[in-house]
Amino acid sequence: MNRKFTWFNATSLTLGFVFLYLPMIILVIFSFNSSKLVTVWAGFSTKWYGELLQNDAFLNAAWVTLKVAVLSSTLATILGTLAAYVMVRAGRFRGRTLFSGMIYAPLVMPEVITGLAMLLLFIAIGLDRGVTTIVLAHTTFTMCYVSVVVSSRLVTFDQSLEEAALDLGCTPFDAFKSVTLPIIAPAVISGWLLAFTLSLDDLVIASFAAGPSSTTLPMKIFSSVRLGVSPEINALSTLMISIVTVGVITASLISKRSIAKQRADEQAAVRT
Amino acid sequence: MNFRRLFLILTPYTWLLVFFLVPFAIVFKIALSDYAISIPPYTPQLDLSAGWEGVKSFFGELDFENFTFLASDALYYSAYLSSLKIAAIATLITLLVGYPVAYGMAQSSDEWRPTLMMLVILPFWTSFLIRVYAWIGILSNEGFLNQALMGIGLIDSPLTILNTNIAVYVGIVYTYLPFMVLPIYSALEKLDGSLIEAAEDLGCSRAQAFWLVTIPLSKPGIIAGCFLVFIPALGEFVIPSLLGGSSTLMIGKVLFEEFFSNRDWPVASAVAVVLLLILIIPIILFQRNEQKQREAGL
Amino acid sequence: MAQPANRPVFAPWTDPNEKPLIQFKNVTKKFGEFTAIDDMTLNIYRKEFFALLGPSGCGKTTLMRMLAGFETPTKGTILLDGVDLAPIPPNKRATNMMFQSYALFPHLSVWDNIAFGLKRSDMPKEKIPARVEEMLRLVRLEKFAKRKPHQISGGQRQRVALARSLAKAPKLLLLDEPLGALDKKLRQDTQFELMDIQEKTGTTFVIVTHDQEEAMTVASRVAVMDHGKMIQVDTPDRIYETPNSVYVADFIGDVNIIEGTASAKGDGKVSIAWAEGQPEISATLANGVALGTKVHFAIRPEKVAISSDRPEGKANVIEGTVHDIAYLGNISTYKVEVAGGRMIKAQVANDRRIARRDISWDDKVWLSFTDTAGVVLLN
Repeated sequence: MNRKFTWFNATSLTLGFVFLYLPMIILVIFSFNSSKLVTVWAGFSTKWYGELLQNDAFLNAAWVTLKVAVLSSTLATILGTLAAYVMVRAGRFRGRTLFSGMIYAPLVMPEVITGLAMLLLFIAIGLDRGVTTIVLAHTTFTMCYVSVVVSSRLVTFDQSLEEAALDLGCTPFDAFKSVTLPIIAPAVISGWLLAFTLSLDDLVIASFAAGPSSTTLPMKIFSSVRLGVSPEINALSTLMISIVTVGVITASLISKRSIAKQRADEQAAVRT
Repeated sequence: MNFRRLFLILTPYTWLLVFFLVPFAIVFKIALSDYAISIPPYTPQLDLSAGWEGVKSFFGELDFENFTFLASDALYYSAYLSSLKIAAIATLITLLVGYPVAYGMAQSSDEWRPTLMMLVILPFWTSFLIRVYAWIGILSNEGFLNQALMGIGLIDSPLTILNTNIAVYVGIVYTYLPFMVLPIYSALEKLDGSLIEAAEDLGCSRAQAFWLVTIPLSKPGIIAGCFLVFIPALGEFVIPSLLGGSSTLMIGKVLFEEFFSNRDWPVASAVAVVLLLILIIPIILFQRNEQKQREAGL
Repeated sequence: MAQPANRPVFAPWTDPNEKPLIQFKNVTKKFGEFTAIDDMTLNIYRKEFFALLGPSGCGKTTLMRMLAGFETPTKGTILLDGVDLAPIPPNKRATNMMFQSYALFPHLSVWDNIAFGLKRSDMPKEKIPARVEEMLRLVRLEKFAKRKPHQISGGQRQRVALARSLAKAPKLLLLDEPLGALDKKLRQDTQFELMDIQEKTGTTFVIVTHDQEEAMTVASRVAVMDHGKMIQVDTPDRIYETPNSVYVADFIGDVNIIEGTASAKGDGKVSIAWAEGQPEISATLANGVALGTKVHFAIRPEKVAISSDRPEGKANVIEGTVHDIAYLGNISTYKVEVAGGRMIKAQVANDRRIARRDISWDDKVWLSFTDTAGVVLLN
């Protein structure tokens, strides 16, 4: 295919990526600023990182967030995978339309509405707000993302693999465990990662679902950011950005290598 | 066999019913209730101990008062209108920024594409809150943008950008740009390069070929991208509350404040119900676009 | 097709005392309004290599999937060794299937793919390795045991799939278009290999194919299907030589079909009027036919001789002009225009060099065939 890469393309890519990345780069640089004034450079320092680690409120919030994210993303992965399996494989059943509606709706629902609805439910059933309610709320909205990721893999999954497993003596559960699950595992893992990130990141739904004793990191950041820019928040942001960057780059390198290896194997197979 | 299938279906089904559908039923119910100084702060309460009479009097007291209130109070309907306006303008700007980026990606060589793709996706994994926060330091009066503009002598006194609608536009375009770029890119990537050559061969200039072939064929991507930006932007809360000013009216922010500051749950619920009704139209249109694309793909 | 004289002819379907391995009894399968299998009754015998042949959508795959247990009949019963299959789930059936896509588990090695079914059978654990090795030897893949499916070639994958489905020594092996993904040359080699393995293991094979050549090569009997019905079930040679319908004659190989009106001539002979002013075609038909019946006369191109001079002593001789010649290397096909603009194909083996061929375009030629060369079809 003939594609001409022009100066126009180069300019728009450069400008686009500068726009996407410059704000974050500035943020990272100024987290090492020794001055309390966040927009005036006054020399290199890591003191804000030190102060951040002394700040119990932030550390507690980080701990709550992590707990919520691990619990909710794990639950969401189990439920989301089940939901995807039902959507793709269970065929017709009563209420299927409602089911698929309920899976796709949270993806486009404004967070303020989801959060409000969740909170009103928790109050109606008299559930005390805290880590449990945040986990329940996060599980519900992230399981839908998991199910979208997993079902897009299941759709391309050759169903005769499952039939072959049954044919060779597997019970349906055994077939799922020893054939389907290992093959869709990458999608399930990326579903988990997506759910985990969404949960870490969520402010609005957590604000509704959280009780007074359970503040998550985004809630903490939000309340301090409303008062203006602070170097501590810059430091915290830098830490979060680096963790995500390292994670995403590692994951993409691993998948790139495995794709390259598979391709090489396939070429080798053709030659033998 | 059938028992297992039932269990398989019922587990996620029940979860979604209890934690997604029932909450919405509650929102609808409270939207029809009245504000009261009590715990919880609305009336009527369903009193099941009073039996059938309780249920009857409960339903008797539900009404559409909150909705008439929303329609009569300028704050609410102008908040809806302003949300629609802000979301629409921001979507348009995102398209104008995003299309050239997606086009550049599609035109780049095969070795570069995965890297560019990752560069677009990476911000998506980074905290939304932090990305919005990053702009506060840039757009404030003594922020980097004003420093830079004054440094090169373009302006004498700092521009007020933060806490205006302009900052909200910047925030939406910035945070939702990947949602615009990715669907357009995937539409452009599928485009057969020989179509452009055929158009040029048949007498089109490059600009004409772009306008007559590339743009129409990337239309599904453009539509998908616009909905993916417009729908969440309409109910946005974080961006207007951090970057917007007191004059920035967006319905997500109104709902949040109605609930947490005024503690008027019935009005907050009514605001949510109306927002939901407004969103149904673009959501259905979006779904139809996706459906059409899926069918064309088969 | 001829069997050596010292070997008993394998034809259990002709023996009324032989008990069939599989019995379809008035089986109907519907998908909603669509009838995939229409009231089918069929027996398949032990050690048979049975081919289901037909165009896509004729119901052959549905028939096979009912045997494997992935579909259940809407009506009727299927018996395996006299036992009703209906209540038995696929994982408990003594049948195994080789899938069209091979369905090799991509996350398991060749060895583990073959061992997969054995691990789920009542075979003692310590006996499994020996069985896997045996299967690997059978399909000549010993060297590839540790590879993953994507690390071997298409032909090798096909053999792994075969080994995996044979490992549990099923009573019945089902093969769904087993050679469909291979290129032509490899497919021909593999056909013979399949027959060899079938003979070695003594397993009953049921194969689904849309390739008539493949069905003719491998099968002991071929069932030609169309729209959920069996049109003809017979040995390959009888299917080819004595098709029971225009559909079968046309589906299997190349054929000339000539429409006409028949009149009986006695002692099993009929003559067919097919064009004004032309001599009637003389043919044989055991049961005779009423005067004026519309019939189709089917004759294979290789049974039609072509010559520049009018041949003597042939039952049927038709005059025509060469319209087209297709040179295929080993044979040439002549398309000859005869009375009424009708085309008749004649096939000649090229046992002489091309330069000396004496028939060319627009030549006047004579087509001839004996009165037993073709078949008279009544429908």
